[in-house]
Amino acid sequence: MRPISSPRAGAGNASGAPIRRSGRGRRLYTVENPKKSTTLTVMTVLFTLYCLLPLVWLVINATKSQADFVSSFGLAPGRDFALWDNIVEVFRYQDGIFSRWLLNTLLYVVVGATVSTFLAALGGYALAKLDFRGKRVFLFVVLGSISVPGIALAIPQFLLFAQLGLTNTPWAVLIPSFINPFGLYLMWVFTAEAVPTGLLEAAKIDGAGEFRTFLRIALPMLAPASVTVLLFSFVSIWNNYFLPLIMLKDPAWYPLTVGINQWNKLGSSAGNGALVQNLVITSALLTIVPLIIAFLSLQRYWQSGLALGAIKG
Amino acid sequence: MDLARRFDVTPSAMASPDEERHPAPAGRRRRSQIGLAFIAPFGALFALVFIVPILYAAYLSLFQERLIGGTTFVGFANYGKLFQDPQFWDGVGRVIRFTLVQVPIMLLFSMALALALDSMRVHGTKFMRATIFLPYAVPAIVSTLMWGFLLGVKYGLFGSLNDALGTDIDPFAPGTTLISIGLMVTWAFTGFNMLIFYAALKAVPRELYEAAAIDGANEFQVVRAIKLPALRGSLVVTIIFSIIGTFQMFNEPQILPTMVANSGVTTFYTPNLYAYNLAFTGSQQGYAAALALVMAAITIAVAYAVQIRGLRNASDQ
Repeated sequence: MRPISSPRAGAGNASGAPIRRSGRGRRLYTVENPKKSTTLTVMTVLFTLYCLLPLVWLVINATKSQADFVSSFGLAPGRDFALWDNIVEVFRYQDGIFSRWLLNTLLYVVVGATVSTFLAALGGYALAKLDFRGKRVFLFVVLGSISVPGIALAIPQFLLFAQLGLTNTPWAVLIPSFINPFGLYLMWVFTAEAVPTGLLEAAKIDGAGEFRTFLRIALPMLAPASVTVLLFSFVSIWNNYFLPLIMLKDPAWYPLTVGINQWNKLGSSAGNGALVQNLVITSALLTIVPLIIAFLSLQRYWQSGLALGAIKG
Repeated sequence: MDLARRFDVTPSAMASPDEERHPAPAGRRRRSQIGLAFIAPFGALFALVFIVPILYAAYLSLFQERLIGGTTFVGFANYGKLFQDPQFWDGVGRVIRFTLVQVPIMLLFSMALALALDSMRVHGTKFMRATIFLPYAVPAIVSTLMWGFLLGVKYGLFGSLNDALGTDIDPFAPGTTLISIGLMVTWAFTGFNMLIFYAALKAVPRELYEAAAIDGANEFQVVRAIKLPALRGSLVVTIIFSIIGTFQMFNEPQILPTMVANSGVTTFYTPNLYAYNLAFTGSQQGYAAALALVMAAITIAVAYAVQIRGLRNASDQ
């Protein structure tokens, strides 16, 4: 920070017109409208290609039949355009279990993300606007838990849930997804910033109870924050692999991630089953399409969530 | 002014605004109960999902499952065994080596990309920002499948490359698998970290850049004097996230062996894979519980060390 500190910046502004005129001569180089750089663009494009390569590969290979997949070059189209056949086959294979996995995933995502966001809003509101005993301890423990690795926790969770008879039921996947410490943190910060205490006081003077005040006044103001937390939960639950893998034995309760790997194992080097790589690839594509749509259409909410994450540091 | 306030002992000055609004102690007590009611659902589930499992695992880690005699109390024997278990330390060493190489490379890319996009000197900034972030939305299972096929010698591009050039490169040989996993992890998380840096850069007041331009600072001076210091806090956050992420690496090494034979991935390739195999195929739950707890403790210790170092450096500024 030293060379260009704010006092000096202030001096630059204060001395006024002559300096500003010399700045105008280099308008192209200012922050608002800088000259585009070919070198930087090329470098960024190269990295973008690295990010796109596997996705392009996935799309191309989802259009190939199993025979074409084995025989043709990875980035070239196959002899037949089999995308539609593959999709139909994905939904037909093993008595249509893929639709079951899709519905399971939707169940885990919709219920898990909704409940976790609501609990986070409720808790964040309490932390930001209400007093209660043990608040500091609570904050310390919950924020500390963010750094506990989820997978290190999953095995103890499994052992406990097995003891409670919850394993191999949807609850084993749902209950851990209800708790999102990072979501609670985001809600706490958002509430403290975006909900004016005076408004809450006014509602209470008008006779609204605490819970009504929260539902009618605070929650609508937290809508953008809720979308951010929903989105984070949505992606992490949709992508969760380890937790359902250990909690669920019955394929009828699998989410997509575990199900796809089940199919992948069929044709593995160790297994003797039929190779269904075309189905594995097509189902993988079907799995990420909803996520990519949610991602691209709700981009600005990521931005705001990560901005707060950055402020945290 | 502060002093004057401190010595002002009139009743009105002594009552804080908060007390003025809620003069009765009864009202205060009711308020605390309401706060508890709001936090209770989260708190109860948090206990069920975080606290009780950890306590239960700590309890289980004191027992051993034996073929003869069943489950017996063994005190801290599991921990003693763990500290002398070469397979455990092999995994720990591997994730530490992985962290030391992959995390700096990834964060360097993330930071460079964030700086490039923030400079607004890149064509198609919006498109590239979205595309680079996109892999974060892809589940690890799908990313491992894609990269596994893509890099694999059997169906992938390296197979074609080897055929065309007569070479014999195998990205999933025992010596190269970890590099390939690094390629996958970097692919998945560079964009996420980039957006954290990018958000921090966007929070820099624009006037600072204008002032720098007026002072005649060039692009590199602006990066060095304004932008890099602004990234310090996010750097600490991203390092901690990355360490937590790589220390619990599981998905890639768990899925890879079903795709490629002889990849060199063992049942104890990473500590978490080892814990999983101990608990579910070896049915040594007590030992697996001890391993999970020790790994959590190591991760938290490293994360805290980074945080304290980061904060100390920040306060030196």
